[in-house]
Amino acid sequence: MILVWLIGILMVAGILAWLSARWNSQLPRWISLCAIGVDLALTARIWADRASSATKLWIDEVDWNWVPSFGIHFHLAVDGLSLLLLLLTFLLGLLAVLASWTEIRERVGFFHFHLMWVLAGIASVFLAIDLFLFYFAWELMLVPMYFLIVIWGHERRVYAAVKFFLFTQFSGLLMLIAILALYFFHHRTTGIYTFQYSELLGTQLSPGAELGLMLGFFVAFAVKLPVVPLHTWLPDAHTEAPTAGSVILAGLLLKTGAYGLLRFVIPLFPHAAHRFTPVALVLAVIGIVYGAVMAFSQTDLKRLVAYTSVSHLGFVLLGIFSWNPLALQGALMTMICHGLSTGGLFILVGGLQERIHTRDLGRMGGLWAVAPRLSGTALFFGLASLGLPGMGDFIGEFLVLLGSYKISVSITVVASLGILASTFYALRMVQRAFHGPNANAWQFPDLTPREGLMMAVMVIGLLLLGLYPQPVFNASRLALDNLQREAQSPAMTLRR
Amino acid sequence: MNARDILALLPLILTAGTALVVMLAIAFIRSHALAAGLTLLGLAAAFLSLFLAAPLAPRQVTSLLLVDRYALFYMGLIIVSAAVVVLLSYDYLERHDAHREELYLLLVLATLGCVVLVASSHFVSFLLALEILSISLYAMIAYLKDGQLALEAGMKYLVLASASAAFLLFGVALIYADSGTMNFSRIRELSANASGFSLLLSGIVLSMTGIGFKLGVVPFHLWTPDVYEGASAPVTAFVATTSKTAMVALLLRYFYFSGALEYRAVFLVFSVIAIASMCAGNLLALQQTNVKRILAYSSIAHFGYILVAVLAGRTMGIQAVSFYLAAYTVTLLVAFGSVTVVSGPERDADDLEDYRGLFWRRPVIAGVFTAALLSLAGIPATMGFLGKFYVLAAGASVAAWALILILVVTSVAGLFYYLRIVVALYAAPSESAPIPMVSPRAAFVLVVLALLLIWFGVYPSPLLNLIRTTMAGPDFTAHIGPH
Repeated sequence: MILVWLIGILMVAGILAWLSARWNSQLPRWISLCAIGVDLALTARIWADRASSATKLWIDEVDWNWVPSFGIHFHLAVDGLSLLLLLLTFLLGLLAVLASWTEIRERVGFFHFHLMWVLAGIASVFLAIDLFLFYFAWELMLVPMYFLIVIWGHERRVYAAVKFFLFTQFSGLLMLIAILALYFFHHRTTGIYTFQYSELLGTQLSPGAELGLMLGFFVAFAVKLPVVPLHTWLPDAHTEAPTAGSVILAGLLLKTGAYGLLRFVIPLFPHAAHRFTPVALVLAVIGIVYGAVMAFSQTDLKRLVAYTSVSHLGFVLLGIFSWNPLALQGALMTMICHGLSTGGLFILVGGLQERIHTRDLGRMGGLWAVAPRLSGTALFFGLASLGLPGMGDFIGEFLVLLGSYKISVSITVVASLGILASTFYALRMVQRAFHGPNANAWQFPDLTPREGLMMAVMVIGLLLLGLYPQPVFNASRLALDNLQREAQSPAMTLRR
Repeated sequence: MNARDILALLPLILTAGTALVVMLAIAFIRSHALAAGLTLLGLAAAFLSLFLAAPLAPRQVTSLLLVDRYALFYMGLIIVSAAVVVLLSYDYLERHDAHREELYLLLVLATLGCVVLVASSHFVSFLLALEILSISLYAMIAYLKDGQLALEAGMKYLVLASASAAFLLFGVALIYADSGTMNFSRIRELSANASGFSLLLSGIVLSMTGIGFKLGVVPFHLWTPDVYEGASAPVTAFVATTSKTAMVALLLRYFYFSGALEYRAVFLVFSVIAIASMCAGNLLALQQTNVKRILAYSSIAHFGYILVAVLAGRTMGIQAVSFYLAAYTVTLLVAFGSVTVVSGPERDADDLEDYRGLFWRRPVIAGVFTAALLSLAGIPATMGFLGKFYVLAAGASVAAWALILILVVTSVAGLFYYLRIVVALYAAPSESAPIPMVSPRAAFVLVVLALLLIWFGVYPSPLLNLIRTTMAGPDFTAHIGPH
């Protein structure tokens, strides 16, 4: 039941926040904070109880009949993998509310309604293990995100929002066809109509059908992740969204793509995924290098940060398709740390834009003297992003490279060039924005206590993950082992 | 004809009676409220009589009409949507000073045509019902508006409908010449031995002209945008939902009873029509800035989707068609209802500009309109999504991958123009634009329908079970052979 509460609380709080705005414009913010706080506490409790159910497949689950005539269930379940991502969801949710505390001044109640519902949608995506329910949540989380961009976004918000919506809808519908095809193929061999994940695992498919279905799923997740030829919505959407929207897009929505690959693509279609691995690895490496190069050449600070996501999520793709324990742990670690470090950068850029009303790197410079705390934190996140040891990103990317080395040396060598490139863009960002002369004579207040608190949470989080990552590995090991077992783990080796 | 036959025909008789009563009432007392009230009362009585007729189903009444659960389901859908159109028209007409009462008369007559249509099992009843429907529609489309557009739309509909009816008649004549019967279910058995196989085939294909015209599918779609734009908003709602629903119901019965889709040529022609409708509807809508025209082109596309389910066939395809039509009816009633309530006395609010920033002024209306648009776009938690899901499932169940891929690709193009309206609804309002007056009664109806849209979108089981039981009866599935 607790899993239903996690989603229900957010949805109800969203409606309350909307209604409460007519009495007090601060009320929606506090309602949202409390609701996410309660969810965070509940998730922490699941984490604490986890030890008692260490051997079961799911730590907790809810399974109700929903549409019996189609064999559709309302089936939520949580394992170590989804637990970690839920924690990240609620943590970033809190930060998103705090980040919009002063930025959003108009239609506050409606804003928090959408914010709560997009979080509810993301939480459902991480929890759903009935494929119909998964698709339902997958599409539903787009709608509030679309509204967040189109109502509270920046200058080219309509273009960005529509592009985002069309890309994800199209790829989502391809996934829907694949889900339906799987449903009927499963019926053909077993006589049972079901969308249940655990029953669809191991469905007998011809190699051609399996490859086709896998591609249907892969495209949907590749658009979200994003994988390079399908990434063009990302820089626009991230740049035009309000800060909270960017944090959720980069921190969470992209992770739903990675989660989908981990949870569905490889376990459901292991043989096709195996055949597809060389392509996926090459795409991953292209993403890593391309994202880094593009980030280096941006003049819009927010766009720069957006492109770094393309690069980092390339590592996640690399880790997932390497499909060995090291690489998977690394991919998961990268997902979490990227959420924190990129979220932090987006909040900083948002704060900066609120102060100087520009995101243009060319008009910045010398800000360190004006706002040393803000600039220092930016340097910290920049260093985290380039993979400095001691911070979480390093652990993640290092493990991914270790894992992928077992699969293909040449791929790994090119991927590590991506880390080198990230040094260039991170340092260039810090230099252009914060060092040098203050040509425009900017004067503005440094981080407020509220912003300081947010930054402290993320800085501490990244340091903890970097210095003592073991709890994350412990929490996710069983889940990742299960996934590998379900996929019957055909030995994934390529010719070196 | 005995008492049980009359009981089975009660929904039809009551609808016809309503038309008489309303006509007489208008002759003696000109009262808008009275005419609308009587119409609603009559429709309510007809709806309730469905439950009296249900235990008798299936019952063949003469060789013309077959009252089975399938027909009763569609009659229910038609009567309810007609009642909603009455409610919408009442507030709409209150804002116009003209002869108001006769619209209800025409509306009931058109509804009569529709309910007869869904119970037809014979070409004679089919053609009679079609003419009742069409002739009422000519007058309804040109009704009220003193502008050029309404007259032009009415004329266009008149000319094209007559032409297509002529093709239909010719087709029927050919079918009769070949098989010697006008009974849907006997066509196949009687023509099997006949030598003129091609005669039957040409008959079937020609009869598709008449049906395709009413559905507004490519290449018979040219009237749709003009009529949608020219007719007043509640009438457009009727044309778009009730009359098309009846036509699809008839199409299914005709095709499955006569086994027409088993001919390769017919199947092929229908596939081409479906594909062309999906593509043309969605692509042409991209160019429009008139909300009614956008909805017109979108309806072309939606009937393309429905044809995909018709082509998929089997029990699942028929259920998908029925669910889709129910979803589409509710959705379009909400959409045109929203257009109706924000329309002023001078002109209908059909320009995209009329909707700019509506959410910040009339949040309830903009909210329900958004729900309708998302439903048309097939976003989850609306009936439109489940309808699309059902159609895709029906397509996937017979492995019609090409058709459903085209459906998916074109529906993404469709998303673009629905989003354009949504963007306008939530944009910053311009200061000078007047705030539309909205009647609370109409707003209430729309909110109820929108809640229905979402309720069945999240929890469709009651509706699904109803459709399953009505479509799974021996009276219908007996005719559905393996594909």
